[in-house]
Amino acid sequence: MIDYQFNFDVIWRNWDNFLGALGMGLGLAAASLTLGAILGLGLAAARISGKRWLDRPVWLYVELVRNTPLLLLIFFVYFGLPEIGIYVLDKYHSFILTLTLYAAAYMCEVFRAGLTSIPNGYLEAGKAIGLRPAQRARYVMLPMMFRITLPAMSNNFISLFKDTSLAAAIAVPELTFTARQVNANTFRVVEAWLTASILYLAAAYLIAWALRRVERRYAMIR
Amino acid sequence: MASSDMSSEPLLRATNVHKRFDSVEVLKGIDLDVAQGEVVAIIGSSGSGKTTMLRCINLLEEYDDGEIHIDGETIGYRIVGGVRKRLRESAIADQRARIGMVFQGFNLFPHMTAEQNVMLGLTKVQKMPKAEARDRAVHWLDRVGLAERREHYPYQLSGGQQQRVAIARAVAMDPRLVLFDEVTSALDPELVAEVLSVMKSLAESGMTMLVVSHEMLFVRDVATRVVFMDGGRIAAEGPPAEVMGNPSSERLRSFLGRFHGLFG
Ligand SMILES: Nc1ncnc2c1ncn2[C@@H]1O[C@H](COP(=O)(O)OP(=O)(O)O)[C@@H](O)[C@H]1O
Ligand SMILES: [Mg+2]
Repeated sequence: MIDYQFNFDVIWRNWDNFLGALGMGLGLAAASLTLGAILGLGLAAARISGKRWLDRPVWLYVELVRNTPLLLLIFFVYFGLPEIGIYVLDKYHSFILTLTLYAAAYMCEVFRAGLTSIPNGYLEAGKAIGLRPAQRARYVMLPMMFRITLPAMSNNFISLFKDTSLAAAIAVPELTFTARQVNANTFRVVEAWLTASILYLAAAYLIAWALRRVERRYAMIR
Repeated sequence: MASSDMSSEPLLRATNVHKRFDSVEVLKGIDLDVAQGEVVAIIGSSGSGKTTMLRCINLLEEYDDGEIHIDGETIGYRIVGGVRKRLRESAIADQRARIGMVFQGFNLFPHMTAEQNVMLGLTKVQKMPKAEARDRAVHWLDRVGLAERREHYPYQLSGGQQQRVAIARAVAMDPRLVLFDEVTSALDPELVAEVLSVMKSLAESGMTMLVVSHEMLFVRDVATRVVFMDGGRIAAEGPPAEVMGNPSSERLRSFLGRFHGLFG
């Protein structure tokens, strides 16, 4: 290591690959977060429905997903589904599906906590002006929940972005996979991993910064 | 009940209303009429069931027995083959839209400006066009002295200002009856007067109001009738001067005695 000569030329030559790979990771995370949030909201609604037959299965799903290593889920969906006769997904869609199911379990808990933390008085104020249940959900509960859970959603987005590195395991050309390819082709091991790490760090930091601005914009109590 | 003959009934008629939480009976047969334009004050010590009574009228609680009529119509329930059946949520929402309520804790929607708070019911419940709803909101915010604060969020307003917005939100819906539940109890003392003066001006404009309050001077000045609740029952009822000036029972005398010096 002491004699290691840094040579970043290979990095610059592969710069477009790195950036493309970064964009791929961000895209995978954004798609999974969006779909996961939609699914997670439905799951959260089931959990607070007060109906056992809805609540229990969702609880079980959330516990299973949250207590299983993500990499195992990725393999299960990518290699396991074709075994049971489901061939429809390429590796990209397979990964998005997995990360969506994974994100949904976490978002379910975030949303559930957010929904139950809304003080009852606001819902009663909505009732008192004659809003119907769906209107109370649309105009009172969801906007308040969104604001309450924004910080947790930001954290989830950054986590998911870092989790996209696991897509390398099924050869999705995101950042980790690209770094491994570059170092396999060029033997510039340190430069490749260092570049990938810095890109992860910079992107995560930028996302956090941008989301904090959004949080501040939507904070209810400043 | 003579619900077919609406003209003979007051705006609000509660008959024999019972409410129990688990095994504890909190309302033990309340009979209460409020005529159009009346301002009825409910007084009584903490735990006597005042809040529960208001919440039953606005269907935030289900009452167990008895009937509550608004304009002759039974609210919350219908009788099917002699059995009480709770109405669907949408029907209950429609009935609630005719009754305004102002809470002790304001409960303004924190993600909406004062104007948006007032407009929400107008646009979504009454389906009023936005521009018209905004005019109505501005009108009522002006009536409560907050026209220039209409773009402010609740956290940017004092407690007294928030409560005045909450009053505007309730009355802008043009309700038949407005319920006030200790609306000044959560306020700093110096902010109480601004809220009471708004309520007084509403009373003078002919609004029908049912007001739970410990502000005895306000009650004496503004109420057309006072109801004293004690242990889930109405223990005394009449004009303020009578009920408060000449208390009919030891319980009422001792309750009023806590507001020392006011009725000396
Ligand atoms: N949701 C509830 N569950 C159980 N008990 C309740 C509930 N709400 C009120 N009570 C009880 O009912 C009684 C009357 O309460 P309330 O109507 O709030 O009285 P007040 O407004 O006159 O102080 C009190 O003993 C209170 O503890
Ligand atoms: Mg009370």
